[in-house]
Amino acid sequence: MLELAIGIMLAGCALGAGIAVVTGIGPGIGEGQAVSKACEAIGRQPESKGAVTSTMIMGCAIAETTGIYGLVIGILLIFVAPSTFVNLLLKAVGK
Amino acid sequence: MKKEVRFKIVDLLLLAMIILPFVAGIAVSVLTSPVSEGISITGAQVYFTIPMPLMDLPITESQLVSVLVMIAITGLCLYLTHGIAVVPHSKRQLAAEWIVEKVQGLVDENMGPRFAGYAPFIASIMALSAFSSLACLVGLYSPTSDMNIVAGWAILVFILITYYKLKGGLLNYLKGYLEPVPLFLPCNIIGEFATPVSMSFRHYGNVLSGAVISTLVAYALQNLSALILGWLPGFLGEIPFLQVGLPAVLSLYFDIFSGLMQAFIFAMLTMLNISLNFPEEAYERRQAKRRNKALHAA
Repeated sequence: MLELAIGIMLAGCALGAGIAVVTGIGPGIGEGQAVSKACEAIGRQPESKGAVTSTMIMGCAIAETTGIYGLVIGILLIFVAPSTFVNLLLKAVGK
Repeated sequence: MKKEVRFKIVDLLLLAMIILPFVAGIAVSVLTSPVSEGISITGAQVYFTIPMPLMDLPITESQLVSVLVMIAITGLCLYLTHGIAVVPHSKRQLAAEWIVEKVQGLVDENMGPRFAGYAPFIASIMALSAFSSLACLVGLYSPTSDMNIVAGWAILVFILITYYKLKGGLLNYLKGYLEPVPLFLPCNIIGEFATPVSMSFRHYGNVLSGAVISTLVAYALQNLSALILGWLPGFLGEIPFLQVGLPAVLSLYFDIFSGLMQAFIFAMLTMLNISLNFPEEAYERRQAKRRNKALHAA
């Protein structure tokens, strides 16, 4: 019974990590749009390349944040959460 | 002649102050890190804990490395400004002047002349963050991949933001929570605390994810090369030839580019948060009122 409980727990952690990484879709779309607009702007005004590039990198790094949140949650779910949860379970069972 | 010799000796001492902390950090990490097979992705090592009334205070690897980085940065600053003269005659003075000018220009551009005194603070935050992220290049645990360190900086920035918000008067500050309608009070409170949380998570997540991905890729490449060459006898089968190029490229992006980028973004967000949340009008009104009162009294 205990093995089954631990198995369900690990499966839940793995599934949760997989779902958390789906947040990568948002920054992917957003950064792609930002870069495409930056390319258009540089095409229109090649002399403003430096300013456009630095602003774009800054914006991209900020847009990346939500994806990073998902990644952090995924990493925590894979490397930290299982042992914590299993310890909690064992403590609750009294072993 | 004697003066020159003394100058050289001080120079050497300062150089030692830059390099020795890293050597000491490497020595400590080599001596204390547990031997492990394969990969190990763990948090910072806890050296010892100091008992405290509320909660025990753990002294960790990241705290040690961040103190070492601070010592090294102090040494670098002293080295760059050593033997400074009105007419620059050394390359290092030009470098120091370049750094100061750049940071002052950045602060002037983003915060305005009212906050011109913030240049040293911004420069030190940027330097601390950048050097902490780059510390992993010499094999140290980079303190920015520990949430606690970055959260400390973010809380410092949060206190500064609140201090400048309070400059417009306590009533004005409290009224800010009820805008645009009083119904938004919970949202505003959450938004207030989201600033330090998002700042620290952004920085720490970027550095940590880079470290984790590099480790996983290195481990996968090691296994792959063992799979391909494993049938060879002796040490020939253990050559991790696939591990040669790719981890370096990943490190170039994750460690150097991402680390420097995050340092810049952290400093940028600090500047913008402080200057944009400053209630300019309310502050001016308060100052004018105070001046009027002083005039009437006189």
